[in-house]
Amino acid sequence: MSIYIARSPAVSARSLDGEMIIMSTKDSKLFTLNEVATEIWQAADGRTPLSRIVQDVVCAKFEAEPEAAYADAEDLCRRLAEHGILVISDQPLESAR
Amino acid sequence: MTSDTVIEIAGIPILLRSHDSVFEPAVRKYYADFITPVASVAPVELTVEVDASGFPDPETVGAGGAVPVVDVAWTGDRWRLERFDFRGEWSPGTGRGQVCLAQPQALQSIDSVLRILHSILAVPPGGCLVHAASAVRNGSAFVFPGVSGAGKSTLSGLIPSDATLLTDEISYVRQAEGGYRAFGTPFAGNLGAPGKNVSAPLKAVYLLNKGPRNKIDPLSRKEAATALLRNVLFFAKDPELIRTVFETVCRLVASVPVYRLTFLPTPEVWEIIA
Repeated sequence: MSIYIARSPAVSARSLDGEMIIMSTKDSKLFTLNEVATEIWQAADGRTPLSRIVQDVVCAKFEAEPEAAYADAEDLCRRLAEHGILVISDQPLESAR
Repeated sequence: MTSDTVIEIAGIPILLRSHDSVFEPAVRKYYADFITPVASVAPVELTVEVDASGFPDPETVGAGGAVPVVDVAWTGDRWRLERFDFRGEWSPGTGRGQVCLAQPQALQSIDSVLRILHSILAVPPGGCLVHAASAVRNGSAFVFPGVSGAGKSTLSGLIPSDATLLTDEISYVRQAEGGYRAFGTPFAGNLGAPGKNVSAPLKAVYLLNKGPRNKIDPLSRKEAATALLRNVLFFAKDPELIRTVFETVCRLVASVPVYRLTFLPTPEVWEIIA
């Protein structure tokens, strides 16, 4: 079963040169995302399952192998969630920005 | 007897009202270049008291290499600030506040209070305080961010006679006249002396990096924003303040070139800064 991901409202984010920089507005910690992570972040609308994001965005744009790509994407999302800059749920999230 | 002293940094006056006979002359001497006449209404007024009671023994602070904690919090209608050597509060609504210092002659205490207040006051008009040296040369300002040991004071100590040092430690950058402007601050680093109270349009930012030879490399906007944000002073963990500073820095790197300056600690480094 796939997870759903949404960008946390407790961040400021900006795409610069095609890659995202994100700052937590809780503790001013700074994060930078690479190209693949940026695509996942931008697709994190809370309604699209991560499996679909991986299939439609990661695999399509970066020619990644679906199973490994999903595992990497889920690992990334869980790490970002630990820092409070991404929200993860088993159900669609209504509070997506 | 009450004495009022106004210290104006980056065009923002802060009035310090004190009854302490030791505090006031020490402040006037150290901040001499930033003292302005007392206006009828100052936007920020701080009543300063000196009372060591309730503070920890200075001998025990920093024992074992511990870094003193600065606590800056928004309580709903005022900022509360506290460290081992001062505690106080300031209300943006009234513009008034008070601060209690543990020692009258400890200039670093009031200096830290001023740094914290300016790190808050700079934000609404599109500015921020940056851990950086800065200087004015040929009518333009240059800012040199860097962590401790990156070379801020070293570069500042090599400044040529035709340039003016704004600070060797904490730079003040603010949106102005369709661009950005850097202001002199009294906030000193290893040089131990205040900067000059002048300002100029910001022409470039050079991220400091000591190396085997002098060279300049351009940074991407992502690299520039990341580097600059890592050097912004965030004393207050306030979401709106952080959000505004983030946007300010992103706008700044879109309009001001940011480079990495690798340098040898010799005066020749200033020949490539332009």
